[in-house]
Amino acid sequence: MTSSRKSTLLHLGVLALLVVLFFVLPPYHAGNLSRIMVLAIYAMGYNLLFGYTGLLSLGHAMFFAAGMYGFGLTLNLGGWPVPLAFVAGVVCAGALALVIGLLALRTAGVAFMIVTLMFAQTGYLVVLYFGTYTRGDEGFVIQQAQRMLGGFDLTSETGRYVTALILFAICFLGLARLVQTPFGRTLVAIRENEERTRMLGYDAGSHKLRALIISGAVSGVAGAAYALLFGYVGATFATVQYSIFPLLWVLLGGAGTTIGPLIGVFFMFYLIDTSSTYTNAYMLIAGVVLVLLTVFAPQGLAGELRKRVFKWLP
Amino acid sequence: MAAVSILETRGLTKAYGGVLANSDVNFKLAKGKVTALIGPNGAGKSTFVGMVSGRTEATSGQVFFEGQDISHLPAHKRMQLGLAYTFQITSIFPGLSVHENVALAARRKLGKDSEALEAKVQAVLTRVGIADRAEQIAGDLSYGHQRILEIAMGLAQDPHVFILDEPTQGLAESEVDDFIKLVRSLAGETTILLIEHNMKVVMETADFITVLDQGMVLAEGTPAEIHANADVQAAYLGSTPHA
Amino acid sequence: MEFGPHLMLASLEGAVIAAILSLTAMGLSIVFGVMRVVNVAHGEFFMLGAVLAWYVTSALGGHPALGFVAALLIVPVLVAAIAATADRLILKRINYDADRTIVGTIGILYIIQQTTLMTFGPDARPVEAPFNTRLSLPWFEFGENGFAMFWPWGLSTTSYKLFVIAAAVVILLGLWMVITRTKIGLVMRATQQDSEMAQAFGVPVGTVYSLVFGLGAGLAALGAVLVVPIQQAHYLMGHDPLLLSFIVVIIGGLGSLPGTIVAAILIGMSDGIISVFFSPTIAKIIATLLVAMVLVFRPQGLLGKTAP
Repeated sequence: MTSSRKSTLLHLGVLALLVVLFFVLPPYHAGNLSRIMVLAIYAMGYNLLFGYTGLLSLGHAMFFAAGMYGFGLTLNLGGWPVPLAFVAGVVCAGALALVIGLLALRTAGVAFMIVTLMFAQTGYLVVLYFGTYTRGDEGFVIQQAQRMLGGFDLTSETGRYVTALILFAICFLGLARLVQTPFGRTLVAIRENEERTRMLGYDAGSHKLRALIISGAVSGVAGAAYALLFGYVGATFATVQYSIFPLLWVLLGGAGTTIGPLIGVFFMFYLIDTSSTYTNAYMLIAGVVLVLLTVFAPQGLAGELRKRVFKWLP
Repeated sequence: MAAVSILETRGLTKAYGGVLANSDVNFKLAKGKVTALIGPNGAGKSTFVGMVSGRTEATSGQVFFEGQDISHLPAHKRMQLGLAYTFQITSIFPGLSVHENVALAARRKLGKDSEALEAKVQAVLTRVGIADRAEQIAGDLSYGHQRILEIAMGLAQDPHVFILDEPTQGLAESEVDDFIKLVRSLAGETTILLIEHNMKVVMETADFITVLDQGMVLAEGTPAEIHANADVQAAYLGSTPHA
Repeated sequence: MEFGPHLMLASLEGAVIAAILSLTAMGLSIVFGVMRVVNVAHGEFFMLGAVLAWYVTSALGGHPALGFVAALLIVPVLVAAIAATADRLILKRINYDADRTIVGTIGILYIIQQTTLMTFGPDARPVEAPFNTRLSLPWFEFGENGFAMFWPWGLSTTSYKLFVIAAAVVILLGLWMVITRTKIGLVMRATQQDSEMAQAFGVPVGTVYSLVFGLGAGLAALGAVLVVPIQQAHYLMGHDPLLLSFIVVIIGGLGSLPGTIVAAILIGMSDGIISVFFSPTIAKIIATLLVAMVLVFRPQGLLGKTAP
């Protein structure tokens, strides 16, 4: 069996497993899994930029939040229908990524990290400043009645799971395909050796910008989906912590692998979920995991698997 | 020179602070020939090809490629026009397979045509003699093989002008001989600009030689003419007795 | 109060902020300058300084000055030791690789912050100042009766705040002497110039790195001990100093020590003045946006020299 056949089977297998899990899991865990899938979309968006293109952003919360507020505000204040508001959220995130990219991509390395961190911090403060509309830290709830799509109730456990799974599947398969295209291969080349890529005649700058826009838009999908499915929009999602999370997930699962983000979110979610029943200092776990990962397994779970067992892993 | 020139520089100058690395270099590259650029260390050879390829910004002067002024194009645009460049310090994609390294070089032209791409990669790897290592991770190759891979990446682009910056540096004697054969086999197929310290390689491959000294063109001509040139003897060849 | 006295009050508050900030930012700047390491956990070393100061003063009891002096002597050393250990255990192992160091220090940030939450708890706790006399300040004006001096109501500061400003100046001067005049300073500067060369000349670069990382954290802790009688100790208090220090170090030119001081005074004063007259959120928005733009368009810093 060729690598590409194996990888197609793997991706379809993961989706099939998620379908089966819905029927066998108790409701509490099925609910968790909807949340995990939405957060995994965010992680996948981040992974395209960090794992494949080699750009470490510390400000992705601004794209997640742009999707969330773009959706939530047009729906709540603008009275837009759900599909249109959803598109608005994604477009907001993509457009923000374009603007940030034009500025931040003039820098590289540590400066890029700090610049993205600062822009995200600005974004967070802007959300607080326009508290009249955003309700600041407190946030606002999207009423159950508004979270309907063509008569289909998105607040029921089933509605949530199905929507999360569909969105996840689209992003999962779409990104898995994207990284195999010449465009995706070029992103990997930039990660490995940007100067060489440029001297092979590729426009590295425009590739990075496009990667950032896609990454931002996918993060926006996750933000809008989160607001839609869980009915809450708040400034917490724009804080530094939500910029650190995707980095953590991707590092844990394996940067530059297609299934890494899902694995990372899954383990981290249950790690925090379990530990928060014992202590309110659950972010301690995140800190310990980050340190252990950087020191001992910089390639993450899927990365270590790829290195040791399955060389074909995409 | 009788031959048609494919690449030309006029008054190319590079100043670092107050120091002139290149001053007023007028140079013509004969189409379809192998031209070697030689000169003592610090003569400005790498700066010169850096300005030609677009890696280094020129302080003043112009570069023409196939009649077009490319002085203000960024490096990747110049490569797209048909220049190819190999680095003096090996620059490959160490984490990717040998196959993917070459495929990346060929893909820009062949795009989505995966069959043509595969054929191209195989042909190039066979030509340079590392087809059996296609699936190896490039970073695991020996130094000599990495240099060969770098040349393969240049060839995969089907360049009109192929710039090789000290390709034989650090190679073993037998590898140098293979390299000489390879360059000879390319003669007529493409135009080669070779920066080289190893005078054996220069004398056995080059049709023309340009000597740079202190950032200026000291002499130009056929290997025989250069060999007989008294200025060159004094500035450069005098210090390498076996040449 | 009228505009003039109001501005003077704001400047005094700004000077206190600037004093603390110059100590904290100096720590970040030294670490970046010598080690080329961006320490995201820097704010947590600041927080740790404040929290430990509370522990020391409450353990000693007695006159507040006694506890305060003890804290001033013990806490920075303790925090420096913790930081040096973290350097040895974590940063050294990842070879100070830029990306991994950032991720690693983010990890350290959460470990320190959350451990404090588990032990110290979520409450803010005060430390009593060693002395705290209220000082009224005069204001001069040309009025109907010519030049006059009077004491506007509300225009006052405390002796402790003046002490903080003086202490910061003394500490920074001392630091300057250490860096420029002593052997330790020489070794630090040599390592900053070229760590490989320094290694070749027998400088124990590994030890120097640990010391520098400890010194950076110790300076942050020192700032925190000074500020804790004014601002209470809390497990989340590291966030703002981190952000402000980043801003200072970037505006001042990465790794430039004189630039850091000038920028700390600039940022501290303007933070104090702007937040008296404008909404603090707007001030922060402008500051963070400004920093991002400086990094994008003038990566050598506003005050740094133009790159050659």
